[in-house]
Amino acid sequence: MPQVPLRPSSIWAIPVPHERPPDMHAPVAPVVTSGRDLRLDLFRGIALWLIFLDHIPSNLVAWVTIRNYGFSDATEIFVFVSGYTAAFVYGKEMSERGFVVAGARILKRTWQIYVAHVFLFAIYLAEISYVATSFENPLYAEEMNILDFLKQPDVTIIQALLLKFKPSNMDVLPLYIILLLLFPPTLWLLLFRSTLALGASVLLYVLTWEFNWNMPSYPSGHWYFNPFAWQLLFVFGAWCALGGAQRLSGVLQSRITLALAVAYLAFAFVITLTWYLPGMSQYIPPRLEEVIYPIDKVNLDVLRFAHFLALAVVTMWFVPRDWPPLKTWWAWPPIICGQHSLEIFCLGVFLSFAAHFAMVEISGAFWVQFVASALGIVIMTAAAAMITWYKRLEGRSPGSRPRKTPDADLAGGEA
Amino acid sequence: MRTPIAACFAVLSLVVLSPAGTAFAAERQTCEIPGYLLFGNNELKRAEAAVTKDRRLTIAVVGTGSSILAGPDGPPSAYPARLEAALKQRLPGVAVKVVTLVRTRLSAEDLAQGMGKLLIDEKPDLVVWQSGTVDAIRRLEPDDYRAALDEGVETLHKGGADVVLMNMQYSPRTDTMIALGPYADAMRVVAQQHEIPLFDRFAIMRYWNESGEFDLFSTSHGVELAKRVHDCLGRALSQFVIDAAHPNPAQQN
Repeated sequence: MPQVPLRPSSIWAIPVPHERPPDMHAPVAPVVTSGRDLRLDLFRGIALWLIFLDHIPSNLVAWVTIRNYGFSDATEIFVFVSGYTAAFVYGKEMSERGFVVAGARILKRTWQIYVAHVFLFAIYLAEISYVATSFENPLYAEEMNILDFLKQPDVTIIQALLLKFKPSNMDVLPLYIILLLLFPPTLWLLLFRSTLALGASVLLYVLTWEFNWNMPSYPSGHWYFNPFAWQLLFVFGAWCALGGAQRLSGVLQSRITLALAVAYLAFAFVITLTWYLPGMSQYIPPRLEEVIYPIDKVNLDVLRFAHFLALAVVTMWFVPRDWPPLKTWWAWPPIICGQHSLEIFCLGVFLSFAAHFAMVEISGAFWVQFVASALGIVIMTAAAAMITWYKRLEGRSPGSRPRKTPDADLAGGEA
Repeated sequence: MRTPIAACFAVLSLVVLSPAGTAFAAERQTCEIPGYLLFGNNELKRAEAAVTKDRRLTIAVVGTGSSILAGPDGPPSAYPARLEAALKQRLPGVAVKVVTLVRTRLSAEDLAQGMGKLLIDEKPDLVVWQSGTVDAIRRLEPDDYRAALDEGVETLHKGGADVVLMNMQYSPRTDTMIALGPYADAMRVVAQQHEIPLFDRFAIMRYWNESGEFDLFSTSHGVELAKRVHDCLGRALSQFVIDAAHPNPAQQN
């Protein structure tokens, strides 16, 4: 495997190992050794907040989230950064301790996410049952039928455990479970044949579009986040972490790339504006509409993918790795949330249920929405701070064995 | 969805409209709707011809549970009957008739199957097709939903009827539980492709909820709230149809 030369000025730079001694047990691969890129934690933390805000229905505070200003949304950031950090953490593990150890740790993490998903499903059942039975508005007689699926609990609950029945807003974790389940061989290929791995990922994406592949859902339909399509973003993130970003650094630093990215973001913004101001859509040429619509979230539309790339290019341009504000106190809340992404994601889903519940039971007024949104972010931050504190405590406690490997939980590499 | 800018407008127009709004709210719901939610570019040519040439207008409302109200006085209070009353008032001398074909718990695909028969039975000039909630509750494939709408609209156009698509109710309590988004988007795409008007019931009801016209979060307003909402929907729909069919351009100016 050829070593990728490290360019000190490169953006997205991850230190690449220098010459490795030839007597390593594990094969040599261009993996990261140390140095955590706080920008990843920062943006994943922000993505978690945005997902929380977007999951509260009728929330006016959700205007601020990026999905209202372009094609992609927080999901793209989250999937990409998760792929990046998963490769960062487990890539090192796999090249140092081998396929079996790293694979086992990835599967352990997959199991944790599965358990988290089932836990959220239980909360969802509690909420939906409460709301549906306390709901006596004749205007919404039709919406009352939401409990129909519980008429056959024997089928529905088993389908939920099989990840085929997924209540709304609970589609992200099943996607992760599948992506991580298949990550050991993917990571192996990325480490030793990175171009081939990325090529295979692109090919799978193209074939998925060509042949409409997707996973089946219960009672009908398909997965909302098609894993065959969304894997592209995850694998691309992992590829970037394992030296791909260096390879792209020439392109990423070019002013032409920046100009193209800015132009595309502006285009996406104008198109998005027409969704909110229908009067504006007459200025969009019908031929253009035919080309771009529908913008398919299920299969990670190429317009969405491109929008994420453009956002990433612009962000990396203006936020360098050693960006001073990353070390200041106000960057700390999103960074620690991003470092404990699974816990904070689950908490965010739960809190969005709770915030909606508060809006239903107290009032839907704007101040309630604002307080619920702000309080949710404070609780997410407090929980992340507590987890950080707890882990530090555990690491220091007497009798605990010293950890040679980087703390994977802290690294947040796991989804 | 279209929250941010719609909400900006909601706040703006609330400021502008509130003095007028409060004055009449006591006796009758004003149910103000900002123009951007009500008016589009797509026209209803057949309905226009029926009104101006034949002096009659037959409308068929096809839909599911949210197009009816339960109880003995439900049918005359539901929005199809309110639409008929409002149109009769606004189009004097035109024989307005609104028939309903409501089937609770039927998906858009099921409803699309019945369009051919509807054309023969009722010979409507205009079909208002409400759908989406059942498909969303049953989590049917959004692509299949879009195909069903597409098929139904084509059948109706071939049979010589205009079509207005109507999307779901805004239901804040069940918002987290029923993922309406993909279905609302599918309907928007079909409306765009066929250049037909889309009555955005969801955005209108949400606007009413945000402007304080109705408290849709409420659990226990009983049948009165439902009747008032349907009355407002019927009147809004009449305004929407008249605008899209512009039966009397001279009066419009």
